[in-house]
Amino acid sequence: MAKYLSIVERAYHGTLEEQDDTILWISHMVKKAGPDVTVLLRANAVNYAVAGQDASGLTFGKAALSVPPTLDRDVEELIKAGVAVCVVREDLADRGIESGELVGGVTPIGRREVAGLFDQNDQVWHW
Amino acid sequence: MASGKTLTISVMDPPYESATTTTVLRVMDAALRKGHNVNVFAYEGAVALPLRTQVPHPNPIKGTTAEEQHHPITSAFISALFEAAAASGAKLDWVNCGMCVDERGATEWVDGVRRGGPGDFAKFAQESTNTVVIGTR
Amino acid sequence: MVFDADEGLEEAPRPTRDPAQFATLAQDLAGAGNQVTFFLVQNGVLASRKGAKADALRSLTGTRGMTVLADEFSLRERGIWRDKLADGVETAGIDQLVDLLITDGCKAVWH
Repeated sequence: MAKYLSIVERAYHGTLEEQDDTILWISHMVKKAGPDVTVLLRANAVNYAVAGQDASGLTFGKAALSVPPTLDRDVEELIKAGVAVCVVREDLADRGIESGELVGGVTPIGRREVAGLFDQNDQVWHW
Repeated sequence: MASGKTLTISVMDPPYESATTTTVLRVMDAALRKGHNVNVFAYEGAVALPLRTQVPHPNPIKGTTAEEQHHPITSAFISALFEAAAASGAKLDWVNCGMCVDERGATEWVDGVRRGGPGDFAKFAQESTNTVVIGTR
Repeated sequence: MVFDADEGLEEAPRPTRDPAQFATLAQDLAGAGNQVTFFLVQNGVLASRKGAKADALRSLTGTRGMTVLADEFSLRERGIWRDKLADGVETAGIDQLVDLLITDGCKAVWH
């Protein structure tokens, strides 16, 4: 079975209007179609794994953005669906994020281990 | 009640691609609530923000119908902001840059949006209390 | 008034939108006697988390004539709660941002 590595680096680009991160979403859709998918969160995207994000409450005049994104829960759902979600340890540290703040099931890896992930997968999609 | 002050915003990003467009809508909402007039010069991809042809869709990952998902429609937010302006006595003037519209075929907008060009932006900048220009990455 | 919506953390020079250079510019403006508000919004707030590697931002807090504000919604959206905020950074709402923007004589610069 094909194995794909999906790397997310840009974060929170259009996530409010799309109600999710479009790359986490498409990675989940690809997994549903059968292939083996690993998601690597690096740079600012490591923040997606922080538990307790709250994007609720936006209104524009009388129109509400009534279903906000829940990116931390989306990461949990990916893991439940069988997608390995890795985060770069140094990128967490650079952002002051401690391991206790992360949702369960995320796999921290060192920056120097990323090359190994490339080797383990048939294709690397660096979005 | 109108404050007599005017804020001009120039924005370039299309919908659904950037956090910037939501921030612009937030600033517009707050400014109009306070009774300030708002001018928007939508440049390049931002001319797609008020497209009346946008439709919401379901989310197969979340198993929701279109009604349940309530996907944000930026043109609906913009229409709501035109209504908010009318309610507060402020003026919202949204100009879509004409050539940007033409090259994208982005021609069908919600009511209130008008076609214009750089001359409108220059006029906005001259006549406003302040102007903030938001470029694209 | 300067906004930082950018990533705000990378220290190495970048071909465009270098946040460290922008922070230096803000300091220069304050040093020239201007009242400068550095308003962090969107991913710019990531630099305001306690413990984040953000020397450029740290150099701003405590600069005379400089106020560093972080958008309350952007912070909440990213799970950065008040107890996680770096010293010298205050939270602000979008209404406060508009009040600053509409001030006579304010020059707003988005980065």
